[in-house]
Amino acid sequence: MEILMAILIGILVSIGTYLVLSKQMLRVILGISLYSHAANLLIITMGGLKTGSPPLLSEKEATFTDALPQALILTAIVINFAVTALILVLSYRTYKKHGTDNLEKLRGNEHE
Amino acid sequence: MSTIHLMIFLPFIFAIIVPLIDRLSKRKVHTGAFVLVVPLVLFVYLLQYIPEVVKGNISTASFSWIPDLNFTFTVVIDGFSLLFGLLISGMGVLVVLYSIYYLAKEREALAHFYVYLLLFMGAMLGVVFSDHLMILYVFWELTSISSFLLIAYWYERKASRQGSLKALLITVTGGFFMLAGFILLKMMGDTYSFRELIDQADELATHPFFLAAMILLLIGTFTKSAQFPFSIWLPDAMEAPTPVSAYLHSATMVKAGIYLVARLTPLFGGHALWFWLVSGVGLVTLLYGSWTAIKQTDLKALLAYSTISQLGLVMSLIGVGSLAFYFREGPLFTIFATALFAGIFHLFNHSTFKGSLFMVVGIIDLGTGTRDIRRLGGLLHLMPITFTVAVISGFSMAGLPPFNGFLSKEMFFQSMLDVLEIDVFGLKTWGILFPVIAWVASVFTFVYAMILIFKTFTGKFHPERLNRPVREMPFGMLFSPIILALIVIGGFFFPNTLSKFILQPSLYSLLPEAEQRGIGHISIWHGFTPAFWLTVGVVLFGILLYLTQRKWRNIYHLYPKKLTLNGLYYGSLNGYERLSYRVTTSYMTGSLRHYLLYIFTFLTLVMVISLIRNGNVTVTVANNHPVAVIDIVIVIGIIAAAIATLLTNSRIAAIVSLSAVGYLVVLLYVIFRAPDLALTQMVVETVTTVLFLLCFYHLPKLEKRLEPVKFKLTNGIVSVTFGLLVTVLSILAFNHKLFPPITSFFENSFELAGGKNIVNTILVDFRGFDTMLEISVLVIAGLGVYSLIRLGLKERDTDES
Repeated sequence: MEILMAILIGILVSIGTYLVLSKQMLRVILGISLYSHAANLLIITMGGLKTGSPPLLSEKEATFTDALPQALILTAIVINFAVTALILVLSYRTYKKHGTDNLEKLRGNEHE
Repeated sequence: MSTIHLMIFLPFIFAIIVPLIDRLSKRKVHTGAFVLVVPLVLFVYLLQYIPEVVKGNISTASFSWIPDLNFTFTVVIDGFSLLFGLLISGMGVLVVLYSIYYLAKEREALAHFYVYLLLFMGAMLGVVFSDHLMILYVFWELTSISSFLLIAYWYERKASRQGSLKALLITVTGGFFMLAGFILLKMMGDTYSFRELIDQADELATHPFFLAAMILLLIGTFTKSAQFPFSIWLPDAMEAPTPVSAYLHSATMVKAGIYLVARLTPLFGGHALWFWLVSGVGLVTLLYGSWTAIKQTDLKALLAYSTISQLGLVMSLIGVGSLAFYFREGPLFTIFATALFAGIFHLFNHSTFKGSLFMVVGIIDLGTGTRDIRRLGGLLHLMPITFTVAVISGFSMAGLPPFNGFLSKEMFFQSMLDVLEIDVFGLKTWGILFPVIAWVASVFTFVYAMILIFKTFTGKFHPERLNRPVREMPFGMLFSPIILALIVIGGFFFPNTLSKFILQPSLYSLLPEAEQRGIGHISIWHGFTPAFWLTVGVVLFGILLYLTQRKWRNIYHLYPKKLTLNGLYYGSLNGYERLSYRVTTSYMTGSLRHYLLYIFTFLTLVMVISLIRNGNVTVTVANNHPVAVIDIVIVIGIIAAAIATLLTNSRIAAIVSLSAVGYLVVLLYVIFRAPDLALTQMVVETVTTVLFLLCFYHLPKLEKRLEPVKFKLTNGIVSVTFGLLVTVLSILAFNHKLFPPITSFFENSFELAGGKNIVNTILVDFRGFDTMLEISVLVIAGLGVYSLIRLGLKERDTDES
């Protein structure tokens, strides 16, 4: 299962990278979203998969899945949401201001 | 921390207070009056060490600065460092006093000036009193920095900025060489302490690094002491206010290089290369400086070149004096130890007469509004006191009696003639150059000293060439140069008092063997020695050259302007700027994609290289957990959705496929027994999709990918390799557990935190602060979104109105 996950993560990162390297800002945002999924899956894979029951003490089982990666991912998901929202609005503003969302054209001033 | 440490730090402490004093006093009293206390206290404090060094005692005090690195700030007060300490503090008193009148309190940024000046004073004291090489280096660079700040004091002038940059570039580059030399010394002797290094001088002489360390250290000292060809920064440093020129750029800082050369002489002295480099560069500098000084029309520039040439003189004396370490005994030892003594003597004399000449020029500058020799003349009757001081100091510089310069100049000639006596280091053939260059340069020195005195003070007075009426300056301003002029005369009549208390102890601290022979007696009248006849020749030829100036001055125009050292400096500076601009613009394109490509390529390279180097890439499936059919279906679904996101050209399709990825990940979380994750991901995915839809409505449509093949190929290669790398790394990471998991601690969540959901207790109890900060991130992002939108609305309003 872990190898399968590693391959999945690799593919998600590949596609994310390709999107991030595009000219269009929208595609960059899509790429970043894929990255975050890949990262979350990587963290949970590191904790070991299918090793026990859900980390709820009320369950009678003796072994639980590693709870720590889950806590980390939970934080990551929420923060990722905040960041996505911010980038979306930022790109919207950039588009309004400069009239383009082509990153090759958005290169800053000639003399900074 | 002892009193002497406190004394070295006194200027630094005062530098912090000065701006406050400046603010509080509201300039009712000149800020310099408060600053004056510092050098005065230092001077009086250092005076009490004179009896100690006369007895031959060396006072030391240490305190541990960085114990882990064995950095001990050891202060050593021996004769030589005390000479410098007294010069720094004594000249400091006079210069600060002078600056009170020189810098008008109404319009100058006095706080800046005195902060820099105190910074310099402390740094310079640190240089001469430190025993630790690294601490010395820190103070050394601090003097460069404070010099930079002081030269650029009138930073609104372009010449000031250029001059300060030049000084900084040259001295700091030299400083780097010196640092390398210090590090080599430490590797050779396994100690940072100067004295410990000198104790093992004999062993170090055979070390393979010996020559490299010598050359590196000499480059550092030559840049600081403005030796040819590094001398070009000193004339431009004259853009600094005149007190600074008198203090840093003639009396103290430029002598730091000489200080270090003299200090290193016990270590390197006696070696042929050391002798030739130090004395040879010194002589060339002497000749170059004195020759160039004659053609100057700006009085300060003239003095700058004169300083260069005089520094060369002292340097050559110390070079010749280093022969004393070759002839450890016999009459030759006495001869060359005397040369070293002459170097120290002239170093002191130069500080007195050159300091006073700079102050005189400052007075002329303020009194007449110009420093241009061509516009000056006939000031004799208008500035009689200034004239007297100028004559005393100028004649001393020219080497005339009854002034101290005469004595040291005679000793200089004698030392140069003594070189003829020996036939080591190839001096049989080349030795004749020493007295010849010395004599020729002295003739030039005589000529420019006469130009300085007589072109400004005698001849016809031309009020129409000046912008303001000429007046003698107030007594306070004349006080410092008068004191120096008195020392110049006193030095001639009582040279042995000076020698006994200051010069001899400093010679003996460098060359302890000299003490038994009682070297360091100065006689005013040597008799009709060859040195005396050389002086007579200097005067006669000098007068001749001075009177016939008009006829030969044109020689200066023969030399092409482009081939000067300054031309080289500016040429290479511009070249560097252009080169670095071209290199920088070639990769800093402003394109986000390029930067990301650099990052990805670099990351990939670093990781691939380290993977190859560390080897051991084994992949096992032993630790893996079984795969169910449903898992494969979900994984394939995710991949398919992600590919769809990549390929689609429709906005809606992209969003929908991205959400599909998200929801399928939710399913994975369910399989991985992570209910909290599944729930959160579900909620967030839903909200994000809505957000995307909302924003995409306003954003332009996804364009067809019409990029060139090369563009797509680069992206493809980079992304595929990067993805592969991540796969390999994650497999490796999973197979290498370096530490046991800590999760078992959290499984006591009910006892420890009173919660049955372990993930929840981690978030709100065990790692509560993390969660709090996470919420702050949310708040910040929310504020950001809100303000970005509000900003947009406001702009639209103003656009419409």
